[in-house]
Amino acid sequence: MAGPAGAKGVTLFNVAAPDDALRQQSCRNNVIHVAPSRAMLADALAQYLVWKKWSRWVLAYGSHPEDGLLADAYRRSAKRFGARIVKEVEFKDTGGARQTDSGVVQTQAQMPVFTQGLPDYDVLVTADENEVFAGYLPFRTWDARPVAGSAGLRPVSWSAASESWGGAQVQDRFIRMAHRRMTPLDMQAWTACRMIGEAASRSGSTDPGKIMQNMKSPDFGVAAYKGQKLTLRDWDLQLRQPILLDDGRTVVSVSPQPGFLHQVTELDTLGFDRPETRCKL
Amino acid sequence: MMPIRTAAFAMALVPLLAAKPAAAYMAYVTNERDNTMSVIDLDQMKTVQTIPVGQRPRGITTTKDGSQILICASDDDTIQVVDPKTLHVTGALPSGPDPETFALHVSGNPLYVSNEDDNLVTIIDVTTRKAIAQIPTGVEPEGMAVSPDGKTIVNTSETTNMAHFFDFASQKMVASVLVGARPRIAEFRHDGSEVWVSSELGGTVSVIDPVKHTVTHSIGFDVQGLRAEGIQPVGIRFTQDDATAFVALGPANRVAVIDTKTYEVKKYLLVGQRVWQMAFTPDGKYLLTTNGLSNDVSVIDVASLTVVKSIPVGRLPWGIVVAPQ
Repeated sequence: MAGPAGAKGVTLFNVAAPDDALRQQSCRNNVIHVAPSRAMLADALAQYLVWKKWSRWVLAYGSHPEDGLLADAYRRSAKRFGARIVKEVEFKDTGGARQTDSGVVQTQAQMPVFTQGLPDYDVLVTADENEVFAGYLPFRTWDARPVAGSAGLRPVSWSAASESWGGAQVQDRFIRMAHRRMTPLDMQAWTACRMIGEAASRSGSTDPGKIMQNMKSPDFGVAAYKGQKLTLRDWDLQLRQPILLDDGRTVVSVSPQPGFLHQVTELDTLGFDRPETRCKL
Repeated sequence: MMPIRTAAFAMALVPLLAAKPAAAYMAYVTNERDNTMSVIDLDQMKTVQTIPVGQRPRGITTTKDGSQILICASDDDTIQVVDPKTLHVTGALPSGPDPETFALHVSGNPLYVSNEDDNLVTIIDVTTRKAIAQIPTGVEPEGMAVSPDGKTIVNTSETTNMAHFFDFASQKMVASVLVGARPRIAEFRHDGSEVWVSSELGGTVSVIDPVKHTVTHSIGFDVQGLRAEGIQPVGIRFTQDDATAFVALGPANRVAVIDTKTYEVKKYLLVGQRVWQMAFTPDGKYLLTTNGLSNDVSVIDVASLTVVKSIPVGRLPWGIVVAPQ
């Protein structure tokens, strides 16, 4: 889609796709990535787990192609931040109804067995983008271990529990308008609109060319209730952003974590940094 | 033994009380997290009392005659009136929802309140305690300021990133000036020639000509060893002669001292963590800062530009006012 659009001078805002390939070998000059990539999300979680000294991971991944890509992101993060994956297990999606009358009984029997006989580990990291199994793992693992990734402690661009940095105000406005709580996808779409508005007001123009020129300039930044302004990486047009670690009820932490240093901005400790990029714009 | 000790204690106490000047400066601090207000005696340089107030207290000021303390109790959707003599909450002003901060007109009335959740400025008559008007403004209104001549009201909006200028008489918006991201505070020089607006995420202070409504200077900050995103300007105060401006830099834990002629930063003063709002003592000798994360108030000696004391208060101190004499 980006190719034909680019030929017509159209810029696309990717508010949903987490694929790293879209920011790497398949990157485009006319695609702005507002959604965080899998690598950014995995790095955000990895930093916290390492800070917590939960550095021995079991990686449980699903059988869908996206789960494989997310598992790759966790493997990369483990290597980057000094965690060790002591065992990998795959959960095969064999189809069937998710919830039946006796489903709870089955799940309670199935999940402990799925996590039985693992080597010593600190935390179960799950890669399950289609919500097939990870949601059933907390409190059902064979050993008493925390669950993170696609369930338990989840790295997200937004949480309805985030109240810091003026978050309470945007949450209130959203609920008043939509009669439900604000999801990560909502926030990503809002941020994209906010970026366009910001670039339009800064450039003083409604001309798409001038708006995009402003957005891609080094001075561009947008406020999005994350405690610091969000800026664009010039090497792959990915929005730099803090990632929230959410347990479904509270924001447990916000990455990047203290101590993970960077020569330009700590936000570039999340995802593919300039020297690693394979994107040629 | 006992009577003698009591007598000795009483004797020691009497000269102390007598020596206390009739006019001890008192500072009042809102503790956002504790739902309390700390009372600081500036002769003793310590917190002498802590009183319960409404939920999430933030903006704080006194009426012109000093007879009432006004507190934005944001989560109670009200402004509380506290009697500084008895330290009792004696009443409330109809602030509209989620009042964050406010500014009193130079004449002492009315009060301009920013309603953060509803994109409104509420105007309140503090004598009759009635809301006179609500005027729409930018998204997430924050800082409020009144020009020294009383003719212009300024409101900053955190999400629209503008300083909005209102005409006092007509209550109409006359201009909006684009500033850096997330503008927090607007503050007029005492001579009224400029209004300064701090941008928390933009990391700058915009100097605005209040007649032409243009940004004439943008002041940036550079603290060695700190990243640009860790420098977030919030509170602004001018010395009485307007020669020097002080800007609180939030999580940079510093107050910048700025020469208002050259717009250069002369010095950075290390204070407590997440320095937020500031207030001068009436004699201009000290500048007090609230430090949200270290739960204290730093005392800056204005003449020597040194931090001389830190005074523990409640949790998450936000606003501060020193009672007029």
